[in-house]
Amino acid sequence: MQGKVKRGLSCDGPLCAFDPGDAARVRQGGKLVDEMQDAESLKLELIGAVENASTVDVLEELRVSALGRKGRITEMMKGLGALDPDQRREAGQALNRLKDEVATAIDTAKTTMGDAELEARLLQERVDVTLPPRPESRGSIHPITQTIDELTAIFCEMGFTVAEGPHIESDFYNFTALNIPPEHPARQEQDTFYLPPDESGTPRVLRTHTSPVQIRTMQMTAPPIRIIVPGRTFRSDHDATHSPMFHQVEGLVIDKATHMGHLKGCLIDFCRAFFGVDDLPVRFRPSYFPFTEPSAEVDIGCTRAGGEFRIGKGDDWLEILGSGMVHPKVLENCGIDPNEYQGFAFGMGIERIAMLKYGIPDLRPFYDTDIRWLRHYGFVPLDVPTIAGGINR
Amino acid sequence: MKFTLSWLKDHLETTASLEEICERLPMLGLEVEGVENRAKDLAEFIVGYVIEARQHPNADRLRVCIVDTGTEQVQVVCGAPNARTGMKGVFAPAGIRIPGTGVELKKGVLRGEESNGMLCSEREMGLSDEHDGIIELPGDTPIGAKFAAVAGLDDPMIDIAITPDRADCLGVRGIARDLAAAGLGTLKPLHTSAVPGSCKSPINWRVELPEQDPPLAPLVVGRYFRGVKNGPSPQWLRDRLTAIGLRPISALVDITNYVMMDLGRPLHAYDADKVAGDIFIRLAEPGEKYLALDGKEYAFDEEMIVIGDDHGVDDLAGIMGGERSGCGDDTTNMFLEAAIFDPVRTAATGRKLNVISDARYRFERGLDPTSPYWGSDIAARMVLEICGGEASELVVHGGEMNWQRSYTLRHSRIIGLTGVAVPETDAIRILRTLGFEVTGSGEAIVCAVPPWRADVIGEADLVEEVIRIWGFDHIPNTSMTNDHVVPVPALTPEQTRERMAKRVLAARDMTEAVTFSFVSAKQAVLFGGGADALRLVNPISADLDMMRPSILPTLLAAAGRNANMGIADLALFEVGPQYADATPEGQQTLATGIRTGQTAPRDWTKAARAVDAFDAKADAMALLEALGAPVTNMQVSADAPSWYHPGRSGTLRLGANAFAHFGEVHPKVLREMDVRGPATAFEVFLAKVPEPRSKGPARSLLKLSPFQPVNRDFAFLVNMDMPAEKLIRAALGADRKLVSQARLFDEYAGKGMPEGKKSLAIAVTLQPTDATLTDEDLEAVSKKIVAQVEKHTAGVLRA
Repeated sequence: MQGKVKRGLSCDGPLCAFDPGDAARVRQGGKLVDEMQDAESLKLELIGAVENASTVDVLEELRVSALGRKGRITEMMKGLGALDPDQRREAGQALNRLKDEVATAIDTAKTTMGDAELEARLLQERVDVTLPPRPESRGSIHPITQTIDELTAIFCEMGFTVAEGPHIESDFYNFTALNIPPEHPARQEQDTFYLPPDESGTPRVLRTHTSPVQIRTMQMTAPPIRIIVPGRTFRSDHDATHSPMFHQVEGLVIDKATHMGHLKGCLIDFCRAFFGVDDLPVRFRPSYFPFTEPSAEVDIGCTRAGGEFRIGKGDDWLEILGSGMVHPKVLENCGIDPNEYQGFAFGMGIERIAMLKYGIPDLRPFYDTDIRWLRHYGFVPLDVPTIAGGINR
Repeated sequence: MKFTLSWLKDHLETTASLEEICERLPMLGLEVEGVENRAKDLAEFIVGYVIEARQHPNADRLRVCIVDTGTEQVQVVCGAPNARTGMKGVFAPAGIRIPGTGVELKKGVLRGEESNGMLCSEREMGLSDEHDGIIELPGDTPIGAKFAAVAGLDDPMIDIAITPDRADCLGVRGIARDLAAAGLGTLKPLHTSAVPGSCKSPINWRVELPEQDPPLAPLVVGRYFRGVKNGPSPQWLRDRLTAIGLRPISALVDITNYVMMDLGRPLHAYDADKVAGDIFIRLAEPGEKYLALDGKEYAFDEEMIVIGDDHGVDDLAGIMGGERSGCGDDTTNMFLEAAIFDPVRTAATGRKLNVISDARYRFERGLDPTSPYWGSDIAARMVLEICGGEASELVVHGGEMNWQRSYTLRHSRIIGLTGVAVPETDAIRILRTLGFEVTGSGEAIVCAVPPWRADVIGEADLVEEVIRIWGFDHIPNTSMTNDHVVPVPALTPEQTRERMAKRVLAARDMTEAVTFSFVSAKQAVLFGGGADALRLVNPISADLDMMRPSILPTLLAAAGRNANMGIADLALFEVGPQYADATPEGQQTLATGIRTGQTAPRDWTKAARAVDAFDAKADAMALLEALGAPVTNMQVSADAPSWYHPGRSGTLRLGANAFAHFGEVHPKVLREMDVRGPATAFEVFLAKVPEPRSKGPARSLLKLSPFQPVNRDFAFLVNMDMPAEKLIRAALGADRKLVSQARLFDEYAGKGMPEGKKSLAIAVTLQPTDATLTDEDLEAVSKKIVAQVEKHTAGVLRA
């Protein structure tokens, strides 16, 4: 520390501006020469004292005794008034230099000493940084929400908007308008939850699928229509693979030209984007739904080789959704002329595709609200699925 | 629907392999659920002849057998009690896998005697549980023959799922027809010519049904068979039925089952000698019942079609015959019924009585309206061939329903709907092979629908038939593009709000839950619900019988379950529906959350504390603010619903408009829900948040004051029940231009305070906009604040 101060004084910095030439010039005047000699010795004395000061307080005393209102340098400056103008200027400059040098030396020493004192204090303030931080808990987003957000992002790219509808439906919207007459076997197979009929005696049901929103949308909106309908659905089933409440997403496209090629293209593109597999094989099989004609079930490729299930090119197929061209009767039921308009519809289980994508083995824990399950299978709150950010992280 | 490969080939002339057929079926809409190829498993098992069976020299229970396998003689040590010289059995050579045990058979030495194979029991073959002895084959079984072939097990069985529209594929012939149309062979002709009757039937129909449209029994055909000899069916027939999981009973019964599976035509055979008088078909009378062939007794209601005779009812039309008049081994005279019953009525009856039968399955999906005639003829030919005797003339009631119909199919429609230009000639060929009569050519052809395709009712159905057979693989993949230059949001403002609410709450350390929309009636009542209109008629269980009036009961119940697992400190939320009534408007989306237990686990900083109403208030306010609601203007009223603690809850509102409730959950509610407190909750009505006024994306101009704000603290003595909010508003209102913020930083009551009084301290920020505040300005505004507070709260500035 001391060494540093010395080095500071003997270096080429501002403190060394007092060169021998100055002293020679000053020596030419009598009284002035004395003053200059005094200043020189004072400088040596003060700098020596600064170097020897042991605390900031001592330094402060030094500052006051030299530079304070009654300090020695201050006093000498007061004496300048007695000199003639030329000498005064010369001596004034020298004294100012001295004042600056001493002030700088004191400041520098103070800073250095202050740093050392601070360092010593900081060492004493040391804490155990391995202690845990203040507790914070982490929130999470349910896989159903995340999956709906993902598929919304994908279908939005294809020009779809999101429509929704009531869960408590009339049986007209849930069945009749969808070409499912009361006696239809399909209607019996759906295990519908019933509520008491409304004032007019019309049966009320919990919607067994999101398809009633197709009807509501077609009644309210003139084509072209391009919607997806994610939402709650209900069936009176409760076992290891069925839940009385689950989620579906419905899709509906109605315009003048959409054909089965678009149905295929749309769903193949979706499956590949959703599962993040570029070459995912997607197979369309003829099937039957009362509200579509022709109807197709859609399988995606998978493999179970080595006891490990994987979605992608493989030797096996997995059914994931139902689809078809909207039945002319359904269009008619909504007041749309089937000779002018056509389109396709599809529906799939959201839990099912979430389970497949995220490797969630069982359906029922989705609704059990077991915090351990939600933390494990849930998503970081700000991981909002977007096309820009990717939906397969 | 199960069938075997050889059965299929009765109808389909084909060289296609099992694999080809099974690959093609699903692409025709006939989903393969399973294939059982027993011949594959049993390929190595052959018929062996036991040349000699002698006692094992070192083991009482073992025998040493020399088996002739047709190609060599093999020594086998056998433990079966029935192993004896001269018998024929099933020989398994060493090195093969035994299907019943899954273990590979190895050569070995048993107590000093070599054993180079095995004689098998039925259990070891995986055929049954029989393990008392080894299988004994008839003496004339050829030595060295494949056992699978000898036992009729070499016919692969295919099980397919039939969609509800394809009633025609509930018989093997329908499946063969589809495969033929798809180019996998040729459909063989079916011999349907009439069997002439040689006598009159002594039994006639007496149909006494009410008239309705469609009729309940449009066509009923019967036929009497005299002098038949019943008994076991021939082996081929028994094998076929066994292969598809049906138990052979007797020739007459087996024939009816066979025709049903072969052609989708259910039949019923009565023992004519057990029938008294004519056979009636009518609606049941209340209280009538019968003992069905499944051994169960069923009681009817007056909507069910029943069949019977002078002794009473003994058949449930289209569903199941009765025990009393059924055929037995000793039946010599038989009366055959082939009818059409109304599918709707049949389905309703079957459902009500919960009887499941192959007949019901077919009746309720609709039969070929012409089938009573050809069905009874085909069955008659089999009866005469297998059981002998003679057949009467038909006794017929009613007639064929009008099933003839034609539709025009435009070729442009095929392209328009499918995107595939199926060549005209191919489209016509496909329809013809499926049984459609096609007239005309070119753009518009006329297609007459065959009687077995009740599902085809318009042009779109014809397009489906063509594309289904032509192959969905030919349809192009046309990607859907979004042609909007300015992106159209997929979500409405409401949907965006709901979506955002979830992320906001999750970011506030809450865990998102998705819970059932139903609760128990008891819970519904606790949360202001319980209306009968929201009670499920057929709930899955008694505690899930009411649509929830609030999301809170399902969240609180979840908290209780987690607490039972040792996790009591929770922050859960759900953005979801609750139901005020059964109308679409009654369904509201709320963001609802709860916090229970401590705010954090115990830790060294002692940060944890019990959750309280202000946690819930903070959640609700943060959410509302994030959604753009004017939170700073909202008032809090202490009138939250009954499920909140009456003294520690509130409602955030703007005038009459309530945006959210928050507070501690009422201890009584917690007790009823079996949840340990403390628990706080909030319910935010998302729909109440006003939509942002659409003024475009530009923000209002920000004006920043260049002058330094000044902070001043004030403490007031007020009455104990004075709401802090009132004081804060008074301070804010003292000088709207200058007072930019008033924050309450202390509330104190107790020692040093007069009885019934408390001290409220606020920090007021004064933000000048025109000039720096002078001492006089400060003095003036302070006076205004004190005056306003005094005026509105009777509060007195503390010295």
